Amino acid sequence: MIKIWSMKKNEDQAAKKKPKTSAAQIRVQKDLTELELPSTMKTNFPDPADLLNFTLTITPDEGMYKGGAFTFSFNINTNYPHEPPKVKCTQTIYHPNIDLEGNVCLNILREDWKPVLNLNSVMVGLQYLFLEPNADDPLNKEAAEELRRNREQFMYNVKNSMRGANIKGVQYDKVLV
Amino acid sequence: MLASVNGNSSSSDWPGRYYHVDQVLDTPGPRTDPSFLAGDGVKDFLRNQCKILVIGAGGLGCEILANLALSGFKDIHVIDMDTIDISNLNRQFLFRPKDVGKPKAIVAAEFVMNRVPGVKVTPYYGKIQDKDEEYYMQFNLVICGLDSVEARRWINATLVNMVDPENPESLKPLIDGGTEGFKGQARVILPTITSCYECSLDMLNKQTAFPICTIANTPRLPEHCIEWASVLEWPRVFKDKKMDTDDPEHINWLYITALKRAKEFNIEGVTWSLTQGVVKNIIPAIASTNAIIAASCCNEAFKIATSSAAYLNNYFMLIGTEGVYSYTFEHEKRDDCPVCGGQTMDITISKDWTVDRLIEMLVERQDIQIKKPSLSTPTKQIYFQAPPQLEEATRPNLEKKVSELVPDGGEMTITATTLPFSLSLRVKYA
Repeated sequence: MIKIWSMKKNEDQAAKKKPKTSAAQIRVQKDLTELELPSTMKTNFPDPADLLNFTLTITPDEGMYKGGAFTFSFNINTNYPHEPPKVKCTQTIYHPNIDLEGNVCLNILREDWKPVLNLNSVMVGLQYLFLEPNADDPLNKEAAEELRRNREQFMYNVKNSMRGANIKGVQYDKVLV
Repeated sequence: MLASVNGNSSSSDWPGRYYHVDQVLDTPGPRTDPSFLAGDGVKDFLRNQCKILVIGAGGLGCEILANLALSGFKDIHVIDMDTIDISNLNRQFLFRPKDVGKPKAIVAAEFVMNRVPGVKVTPYYGKIQDKDEEYYMQFNLVICGLDSVEARRWINATLVNMVDPENPESLKPLIDGGTEGFKGQARVILPTITSCYECSLDMLNKQTAFPICTIANTPRLPEHCIEWASVLEWPRVFKDKKMDTDDPEHINWLYITALKRAKEFNIEGVTWSLTQGVVKNIIPAIASTNAIIAASCCNEAFKIATSSAAYLNNYFMLIGTEGVYSYTFEHEKRDDCPVCGGQTMDITISKDWTVDRLIEMLVERQDIQIKKPSLSTPTKQIYFQAPPQLEEATRPNLEKKVSELVPDGGEMTITATTLPFSLSLRVKYA
């Protein structure tokens, strides 16, 4: 058997015993402790010992969605950061890029995810959806159509839905703060 | 030259059995390592002492087991958590139609032992994660013919973490083989010395992920229809019921649902096998690719076990899509690799020190240059600078003694904005 040990440089000898914390855990610790969130976003950890499952609540202070509080669930698995975190909206809301099941259409959550991105970029990306809803990549077709055809009507629908109204047969959650 | 045999078989090697292999083992060559024990020394090690673990008894595993047994390895262990499927029979040649449904590891072991006199193959039908460090410590070498990134990362991290600076025997070379259609790779990983599997994760092909809005509203490809059925429609229809990609009934439902959608949008190409392929991420396997990569891996195992020739350093890539092309290079170890990189620091502090005092000391040190560090152990968070809720939850720990939270000789992971990745701290108390 080859004598591999002699290949180890002497300085490395004491240094290489690694902890059992998984790569994903370490990276999540780094991402979370370096979060720089504005006052409009708050994280919530139902179990402070579990860093991989938590929620984020966004309360936009400008734009059409001002006044609402929108909560997203984050689930990070052991392949992070090679796989993006799984993010879903926990409420039924009226938004062209979020469907009624809570799926979110944000490019960096799927096809444009790169391991150099972090939780901060995902959260900022989510906030952007509320400032600039995008009719071009719709998950909620009716909402996107409304935004495209009649912006005034769309804004009215948004305000109504935040109050918990029923629009075209769909019951939306009351999200006003 | 007769050699005595380990294992429980009573047959011994007949004269000339290993005539060809012995051409390499009887005399050193111009590039053999100085530690090569030509002749009886190396043959005794190879055939009487060497213990090798083969992970996976599928496409690569079958080839590897056959190659190792015929090269003279006598004590082989094999782990596989799968059972034999009829689609395996075109290339996994240790199995026959009567074996469909049986565990791969067990059938493979039996076949090899029947075919190659004197070899002992010990199977384990289960996951690699079922076994602990003590199990992996008994081997001289580990060869992988795995089918998932996750499993490779696990075994890589396990072998790297096992390396103990005070015990040279704890370093187990890992030979990893992988194939996908006409492409394949074989690599040699010496945990903590060479680049490890995690160091090269960025080399992996990205899985094709389709934008969710395309899947929801504007599908153009049969794959979009299948993704729609599995990602969006399944949760709508079945709510919390978990989709099992190995259940033919689930695949059938997905196929029919995807087909209906494809008709709606005038898309052709949705078939049962495409459905299975998309949902399980299957790439069709080719026997010859498996043969080449397995042979390469076993070649390396032989060279490393015998020191008879220079081994691969460290990555061999095979691309057979248009002709036969291969590229061999040395993949560099990454300093910031989360598994094998990163600095480790040893410190000794008084057992009365509080967490707050420790943080103060870390911030003062010129050699690490950190401000506002966050600390944790493998089992709990000690102090997090952010986000606000975790900072509040961990703030009480600042006043506690470090010795209450971290055992003597225990490890802490430190992250901070100024650190390139993380710092591992080993704490001893005075």
